[in-house]
Amino acid sequence: MYAQMVTSEGGKARDEMTPEERAFQDRIDRGERIEPKDWMPEGYRKTLIRQIGQHAHSEVVGQLPEGNWITRAPTLERKQILLAKVQDEAGHGLYLYSAAETLGVSRDELTGMLLAGKMKYSSIFNYPTLTWADIGAVGWLVDGAAIMNQVPLQRTSYGPYARAMVRICKEESFHQRQGYSIMMTMARGTPDQKAMAQDALNRFWYPSLMMFGPSDKDSVHSAQSMAWKIKINTNDELRQKFVDQTVPQARFLGLEIPDPGLAWNEEKGGHDFSQPDWSEFYEVLKGNGPCNAERMEARIEAWEDGAWVREGLMAHAEKRAAAHAAE
Amino acid sequence: MSSEWPLWEVFIRGQHGLNHRHVGSLHAPSAEMAIQNARDVYTRRNEGVSIWVVRSNDIAASAPSDKGPLFEPSNAKVYRHPTFFDIPDDVGHM
Ligand SMILES: [Fe+2]
Ligand SMILES: [Fe+2]
Ligand SMILES: [Fe+2]
Repeated sequence: MYAQMVTSEGGKARDEMTPEERAFQDRIDRGERIEPKDWMPEGYRKTLIRQIGQHAHSEVVGQLPEGNWITRAPTLERKQILLAKVQDEAGHGLYLYSAAETLGVSRDELTGMLLAGKMKYSSIFNYPTLTWADIGAVGWLVDGAAIMNQVPLQRTSYGPYARAMVRICKEESFHQRQGYSIMMTMARGTPDQKAMAQDALNRFWYPSLMMFGPSDKDSVHSAQSMAWKIKINTNDELRQKFVDQTVPQARFLGLEIPDPGLAWNEEKGGHDFSQPDWSEFYEVLKGNGPCNAERMEARIEAWEDGAWVREGLMAHAEKRAAAHAAE
Repeated sequence: MSSEWPLWEVFIRGQHGLNHRHVGSLHAPSAEMAIQNARDVYTRRNEGVSIWVVRSNDIAASAPSDKGPLFEPSNAKVYRHPTFFDIPDDVGHM
């Protein structure tokens, strides 16, 4: 997902817990929200910083593949829409960094860790957007997959994170619909345009399935995160839901999901489908995806080129405050 | 040189006649910029008619451990609620 393979710390059996830890777990089990000043286990705090930070980085880096097409959108209206969508993603990054900051880490520290390669962002944003149809596929599939994960996270145990998710979810459905609307236009267009839409689906299908992360039904990290309610569903559950939701949408477009193994399974009430190539996923996480280097370069450049603006505005504000105080 | 902008809490009045409500926070060098940024992030879909910003550092907050002393006494004063008093139906609406 936007936060993939987050390692959690501090998994303990109930009889190994301190009384404080037990009381904390009881609060979570009762469905209470944990707020910034409440006592929390160190592992809970650290795991959340990792997860929310990775989610925030994904929102910000996720602007790059779409930003690539703002100046090349086919109409002025499409350009305005895409610009608004990408602006929303900047806002999502902000909401999430703010939530992480309530846990005692600063935004600049988080940015520093991203730029130093010590924190990750979602694997999906290391794939290129080669054609305008890719912008449709990203909104439809990538934002669609993100929604699958973010909707249940509105009920996560950490208050500021849950509230950030509520705001984000309100904006996401615009994202997915604008993407699908691009796909509809392309799929109903000329044969070349339809082929372009099919090609975008072909390239984004498996990377979208990878967004949910490898199967975690046996992962101790996931078990701990689920006990803490900072993860609500298993990766496989969400992936299944995503496939079941997307197949009819593709059919409506007259496009074909690039999976010969795809079939309706009456017994389980869902589709059978092929797994993505997980070795490719691990390569992308290691930094060897098609665009990893380019994405990091763009973030580092933005950070360094923006330094004089950040410093100048701060110096100006301090000067004015001093002048005001002297009056 | 570290020039991390200070953190501000943002409050928005959704409509005339309602209270300002906390909606989130952001970084900005000054109050003016904080309002500009709040406009850009928190009122992109007609969410408000007025914005307040305040430096996060300037907010004094109660501690979770004060919950008992601060709020418990009011639980004991049930007579503060109108439902405490039994008024016969014959009296009519009150
Ligand atoms: Fe987003
Ligand atoms: Fe997104
Ligand atoms: Fe989005």
